[in-house]
Amino acid sequence: MAREIGEPGVAKSSTTKKHKRRKSKKEIKTRTVHANILYDQAKGGDNPNRHYANNKIKTTKYTLLSFIPKNLFEQFHRFANVYFVFIALLNFVPVVNAFQPELALAPVVFILSVTAIKDLWEDYRRHRSDKEINHMDCLVYSRSERQYLECYWKEVCVGDFIRLRCNEILPADVLLLSSSDPDRLCHIETATLDGETNLKQRQVVRSFIDLDTEFDPLKYNSVIECEKPNNDLNRFRGYITHRNGRRDGLYKENLLLRGCTIRNTEEAVGIVIYAGHETKAMLNNSGPRYKRSKLERQMNVDVFWCVVILLVMCLFSAIGHGLWMFQYGDKRPVFDVLSPEGTDLSPVVSAIYLFLTMIIVFQVLIPISLFVSIEIVKICQVYFIHQDADLYDEETDSHLQCRALNITEDLGQMQYIFSDKTGTLTENKMVFRRCIVAGVEYSHDANARRLAMYQEVDSEEDEGLSRGGTLPRKESLTSQHSGGKAVLRSQSTKSHRRTGSRAEAKRASILSKHTAFSSPMEKDITPDPQLRDKVNDCGSQMEFMRFHNQLLSQISPDLQDVFDFFIALTICNTVVVSSPNQPRQKVRRFELKSPVKTIEDFIKRFTPSRLTSASSSSSSTSLATNRSSSHRACSSLLSSPSAESTLARLEEERGATPGIRGALGTTPACPHAGGSVAGGSDEGELRYEAESPDEAALVYAARAYKCSLVGRLADQVTIELPHVGRLSFELLHTLAFDSTRKRMSVVVRNPLTEQITVYTKGADSVIMDLIRPPAADDSKGKRQRKILFKTQNYLNLYGMDGLRTLCIAKRVLSKEQYASWLRRHLEAETAIQGREELLFESALRLETDLHLLGATGIEDRLQDGVPETIAALRRAGLQIWVLTGDKQETAINIAYACKLLDPEEEIITLNADSQEACAVLLDESLHYIQAKFLCSSSADPCAAGVFQPDYATLQFHAPPTSSGTAGPVVVHRLGLVIDGRTLAYALDKSLEDKFLAVARSCRSVLCCRSTPLQKSMVVKLVRDKLKVMTLAIGDGANDVSMIQVADVGVGISGQEGMQAVMASDFALPRFQYLQKLLLVHGHWCYSRLANMILYFFYKNAMFVALIFWYQFYCGFSGSAMIDQWYLIFFNLMFSAFPQLITGTLDKDVSADTLQELPQLYMNGQNSEEYKPYMFWMNMIDAFYQSLVCFFIPYFAYADSDVDLFTWGTPITTLALLTILLHLGIETKTWTWMNWASIAFSIVLFFMVAMCYNASCPTCYSPSNPYWTMQRLLGDPLFYLMCVITPIAALLPRYFYRACQGSLFPSPVQVGRQLDKVPLGLRRHLVNQRTAHRTPLYPLGPPFLKGCSSKITDPYSSNPKQKAQAASPICLKSMEMKDTPGSSKNPVNHLEHHDELSLPSSEIIWLTSTPLMPQMECVQLISPPSGASPGVTYQKNQESLDCPQQNILKQTCGERLSDSPDSQ
Amino acid sequence: MAKNQVGAGPFARRPDNSAFKQQRLPAWSPSLTPHTVLSVFYGLSLICVLLGIWLLITVQNTYQLKVDYTNGSCKKCFEMRKYPANATKNCICTANFKVPKAFLGDVFFYYGLINFHQNLRRYMDSRDDAQLVGRKKSLKFPSTYCKPFAYDENGLPIAPCGAVANSKFNDSFRLVYHQLDGPAVTVPLHRRGITWYTDKNIKFHNPPTNTTLQEAFQGTAQPLYWQRPVYDLDPEDPNNNGFINDDLIVWMREAAFPNFKKLYGILNRAHALFSHGLPAGNYSIIITYNFPVQYFQGKKEVVVSTVTWFGGQNYFLPIAYLVSSGMTFIAAIVLTVIHVKVGRDGKNMEE
Repeated sequence: MAREIGEPGVAKSSTTKKHKRRKSKKEIKTRTVHANILYDQAKGGDNPNRHYANNKIKTTKYTLLSFIPKNLFEQFHRFANVYFVFIALLNFVPVVNAFQPELALAPVVFILSVTAIKDLWEDYRRHRSDKEINHMDCLVYSRSERQYLECYWKEVCVGDFIRLRCNEILPADVLLLSSSDPDRLCHIETATLDGETNLKQRQVVRSFIDLDTEFDPLKYNSVIECEKPNNDLNRFRGYITHRNGRRDGLYKENLLLRGCTIRNTEEAVGIVIYAGHETKAMLNNSGPRYKRSKLERQMNVDVFWCVVILLVMCLFSAIGHGLWMFQYGDKRPVFDVLSPEGTDLSPVVSAIYLFLTMIIVFQVLIPISLFVSIEIVKICQVYFIHQDADLYDEETDSHLQCRALNITEDLGQMQYIFSDKTGTLTENKMVFRRCIVAGVEYSHDANARRLAMYQEVDSEEDEGLSRGGTLPRKESLTSQHSGGKAVLRSQSTKSHRRTGSRAEAKRASILSKHTAFSSPMEKDITPDPQLRDKVNDCGSQMEFMRFHNQLLSQISPDLQDVFDFFIALTICNTVVVSSPNQPRQKVRRFELKSPVKTIEDFIKRFTPSRLTSASSSSSSTSLATNRSSSHRACSSLLSSPSAESTLARLEEERGATPGIRGALGTTPACPHAGGSVAGGSDEGELRYEAESPDEAALVYAARAYKCSLVGRLADQVTIELPHVGRLSFELLHTLAFDSTRKRMSVVVRNPLTEQITVYTKGADSVIMDLIRPPAADDSKGKRQRKILFKTQNYLNLYGMDGLRTLCIAKRVLSKEQYASWLRRHLEAETAIQGREELLFESALRLETDLHLLGATGIEDRLQDGVPETIAALRRAGLQIWVLTGDKQETAINIAYACKLLDPEEEIITLNADSQEACAVLLDESLHYIQAKFLCSSSADPCAAGVFQPDYATLQFHAPPTSSGTAGPVVVHRLGLVIDGRTLAYALDKSLEDKFLAVARSCRSVLCCRSTPLQKSMVVKLVRDKLKVMTLAIGDGANDVSMIQVADVGVGISGQEGMQAVMASDFALPRFQYLQKLLLVHGHWCYSRLANMILYFFYKNAMFVALIFWYQFYCGFSGSAMIDQWYLIFFNLMFSAFPQLITGTLDKDVSADTLQELPQLYMNGQNSEEYKPYMFWMNMIDAFYQSLVCFFIPYFAYADSDVDLFTWGTPITTLALLTILLHLGIETKTWTWMNWASIAFSIVLFFMVAMCYNASCPTCYSPSNPYWTMQRLLGDPLFYLMCVITPIAALLPRYFYRACQGSLFPSPVQVGRQLDKVPLGLRRHLVNQRTAHRTPLYPLGPPFLKGCSSKITDPYSSNPKQKAQAASPICLKSMEMKDTPGSSKNPVNHLEHHDELSLPSSEIIWLTSTPLMPQMECVQLISPPSGASPGVTYQKNQESLDCPQQNILKQTCGERLSDSPDSQ
Repeated sequence: MAKNQVGAGPFARRPDNSAFKQQRLPAWSPSLTPHTVLSVFYGLSLICVLLGIWLLITVQNTYQLKVDYTNGSCKKCFEMRKYPANATKNCICTANFKVPKAFLGDVFFYYGLINFHQNLRRYMDSRDDAQLVGRKKSLKFPSTYCKPFAYDENGLPIAPCGAVANSKFNDSFRLVYHQLDGPAVTVPLHRRGITWYTDKNIKFHNPPTNTTLQEAFQGTAQPLYWQRPVYDLDPEDPNNNGFINDDLIVWMREAAFPNFKKLYGILNRAHALFSHGLPAGNYSIIITYNFPVQYFQGKKEVVVSTVTWFGGQNYFLPIAYLVSSGMTFIAAIVLTVIHVKVGRDGKNMEE
């Protein structure tokens, strides 16, 4: 992925330069593109396109010539490198030099060249892939040959005409001028750009749309004026000026982007607008991210301390030297050498010189190789994470991707997890579950049963050989796609791979996931019999009435609503229909060509908007096969007569009110009108390609009721209704979904009623506000109000049930209304400035006064293992916050289902509608928490005894103290739920501290209805204010900002496209893998790196201190008894390998134990492996060890005739042995690689020493250790020292470690001991430990027992109890929390309300805006759906009746008095 | 990743299930708890104590004797050397000492210098190995490391150049044994073969010449402080002259500490009287006192010593072994106590 780093930027800058050059002639804001064929002869001469980048891409950073200077330049951006070069150069100054100058360069050169080789290799790979891409073929029109010729991609220029065939990849950004499609459309697949696998429609430029003949480039003579290259995939503006002066706007619907694949279109022709590096795809490429991990930040502090130590040591030596010289006075001894000039050096001057010399000598203290080693270790870690089979998802054939290479250890230090809900916790497989039409709920029980069955099958598959289970399924689907398509598909995959571009190749894999939504679970919906009857009823009535030319409005409003509801489900979307068997146009062969002509008129006058393309939010594909098409009734016979009449009428109308002339594309006849079965089979099965799974789910749901979408064009939607047959709705406008409006609309002309109707579909909260308030008290109004009221109730229940709710509404526009709206809308559309805003406003104008049709509930199933993962992560001390855009009830329920919220937990809900209210709420919550938990902790300390098991588990939740800005925070058993609006207030500067204070003391936090921006703000707030490590996980485009803000961003490479993955540091196939990623790999990476860094500091300090001690014996003259070679290569070679191996492979605790005891993760959270004091402990140990290593040889050789290097070489050897054995003590697991690396290090040292000492007696001046090693090896004293020194040096550490192992073992050590126990016994132990509250964290502050744990009623998983619970026990909600035992207290409060509540869940609604309209009781007995612990729902009518604070206090008081009783 | 071929099978990207890639390599994981390390501690303690005792016994069989002659009986010479003006004047003095007990075996005769920093960085660097190895070119153009002892005031290159050679120790000794019942006998010393073999034969060579050594050193100056030129260092043995003079080689091997001794000679046990070593009795050293030490408060001494298989008389190593053994033992006992007291808990953890 690294290939495009920076390069687009470079290219961009070069182009801007070019543009600047042209600035004098041309204004800078636009680019003008002419056709190249006009200028073909004058090659490059006066071709106005010559300044634009050509299509040759070059992502390499270097050329052969520029490699060395450029690479060096880049490397010197690193401060460490500059420092070491400085030291090396210092060596060339004669008065201060310490080593042979050439030798001193060795480490720097080594480090630089390793990096350079790495860069070179990467660059070469980029070069090769560039070459491959540049040499791909495409068809370019040649003026001389007058035909399209094969060309290499790199030869394509701006202004060239390109012919594209089906399944070809676009070589550049091309403006679509012609398409073989009858509707002048072209479908592209943008998976390589945004990962969205659905097909997108692109349209031929308007002026070429009516070209009946084939496009002839020679006749083209227009000038295109458009934006300068930018990286916004969803924006393209410009206009094309024809010779006759006519101008046409260009939109992103006209632009085909480089890297996309042409689908479903036989041939298309376009003109290149942007090429090469200026294409949007290339401009969008960004390289891997470089973040600095927490550990590295900590390390840098200690590197700084090393510098300080170094300077102190140098200063000490310098002063020592000055004094030493000073004592001899003027008379210099013979051994004090004069300066080269023969003059005396004053003590001061020589002290200054010496200072510099010492910096050179002690340079090893600054661990030059540490940076390189860390990089190597991290790459290895990434490799291992990557290779982990447990993180591999068979279903999608994908595994974890590490996109950021240098923050692996951060995974082990996370404290907060921010998770998206949809697609992250849930599968994002939308299944239609229930719906409400006109206030009547259709529960689709059969559907529920069916889903339960799927679940069982699924789980069986999972347990059994799931490989076998998934494989055939895929195959069968491929075979469904059958013949030609399958072949094409495989071709395209191949060509994807051929491009070699990493991004492209990677995304190509998504192609294989095309069947993502086509699981039968999502497609086959069992209709509710009641509703089906109604639909049939309605259809037949309609048919009847139409047949008798009655007004359709006479139909009963109920049925009308049902009818409209299904029409809305079917057409109010952007689903594209395609048949897998045939090219697209064949599907529509039956459509009339003639209406186009008439519509054309309409277009000319009013140009309907075709905003059909993707909204900014990402989406996913549904390529499902339409199985029920065979059931389709092809009763179009009936529709044709009416169609004719309508047409006629329309013609008349057109005369009167031009522009409002509906085109009725009613299908005249099904070509195979004879039998529906035949028709179905002939057409093949339709596939729906939706932008979001919700849309697909709705379309499939409608199809289950035989209301199926059969075709969608830019201006017309064809649907098929039972009894009525095919109807073509003229699609006037599509107002695409956006996250601000949270809704989408289509404006159609109903062919039956001739009305212009707006169908709107959106989030219930939004739609409900836009519903036209029911008129006066007439029966209609009453009915309306009742419907609204009922729907709202059901919606709330749906929410509690964890269903995603959507409201469907419609609005009938009068022609005048429409005309006036249209006028302004067209203005907005044509506006150059602020078009988006104007369109937005225009949409708002349209979507008002809606008439509610109904609502749907879509289930999004939890992913496998999510509750377990969350439980484990929580036990690991991670705070999990869920930030979702879903509605509160849905979110809460999912939160229960995934065990994020515990039924025993109290829940604080914050809903405020003003800043002040929010402030008050926060204050109250804070007081409540304080009052409650303070009093409880003091009042009933023995309550804990009753709930021992509970307590034990909680014991593990030692709050992360390391980070604390305000000391340890006790995390209570509280849940916090906050909605988007309140969140906005709470995130205000004035309230954010309070909000955090409340939120951090809650165990789980749920933010509903939050916008992407809010998500990132929350993450940022927590990260900055609490100074904690944050991880954000999400799967969609709405999570991107949050992922980017967090310390570690994790993307789910699921079905919602690739934006999240592209922004993330790690991409996981499923949420549950997070557990292993964090608990195992994170822990390992952290502990490995932390230990390695500490070891590095120790090693260097120990080695350098040896020389420092020697300064006391050589007059602080800077001489070293360790030969310069050893000094320089010690770090680079002799001691480098074992620590790399240990840093890569060491496992302090086995993976199994880490997963079974998530508590061990706190080790990393609290930075237990690398605390600041550990650095100093290590330094002290290093100094002790170096003293031993120095003075044992010193005294052993004292008073002898030993020469410097014969004495110094043993010291080097001893230091090496000690350092390696030290590593041995710190190594937890010894594989053969550890042994081998240590043996290798020792052997390497002796080999190098022997060769060096035997090679050349004169080459290594100033030192000359000839034959020293050989002589030493024959000296018994040498061996005697080798035995005693490491023993003496390591005795304290070994002793300490041994004591620690038994006296005060760290949790990790306990875990390690558990490793030795056989698996079965270990399990038992773990459970036992939990049960017996053996504190793993003896030092952790005792967890303050929450009052809530007094609730004895274990939340039942058993349906009987649930049923009991569901019985209307009524409590005043504010007081519920203080029911110590639900069995005991409820009686006291029974009198309050007739609401439903579940006693076991204590919910406090702190709310200033009543969540729901005050209305009668809502009861829900939730169906036993999956693992969900049922539905709890509680409504509070009077939460505002009394000041909450009083209640809080009162609660507390009650508690005080209650607690003795409870025992 | 790039290697993973799309479409090469349903599980093309499945990682290999190898022990290495899944980090499941068989591993030995020692746990550091008392009962696992106790044996190590006791074992180490035992080994150390045995070695220590053995070494102690060995060291006790060595003899060493130091005679400081800086000032005592050589006061006259010491005063004389204070003034460079007297540099050319000869001064001979005698130091007497008594060997209480016979030195058995090979006896080594050293001269020692106290507070002489041969290990100063700039001093150590001030030599030219290429010159000492006999390269003609380096003889004429000594390395810059030799500065300011590379050329004399006449511009002639100094051979051997540099501060190390310049400050060569130039006292000479004659050891006389005063027999109780006989004439004083000069103790015979091997003055040759006191260098490393590799030094004598590889690191030091005279410049190649067909004629005399003097010829070879034509055009070079002798070091400033030297009384005799390099080709005439040993008037008795013409083969011991030039760069391969043993005393020069010994001197050029710079000592590690400011207090050091250097080998002067080895007792020649061919003489019947000394065949077993140095007999007990009275000795005197007749010293040609040349080397000035008063500038740096230095001292000079003569050391007579026998050696063991692991070096000269040095009690440090056996003591170090014994102390380490003791420490290890104490640690072992502490751990035993811990093991007994707390070990039950530790066991609990595992059971």
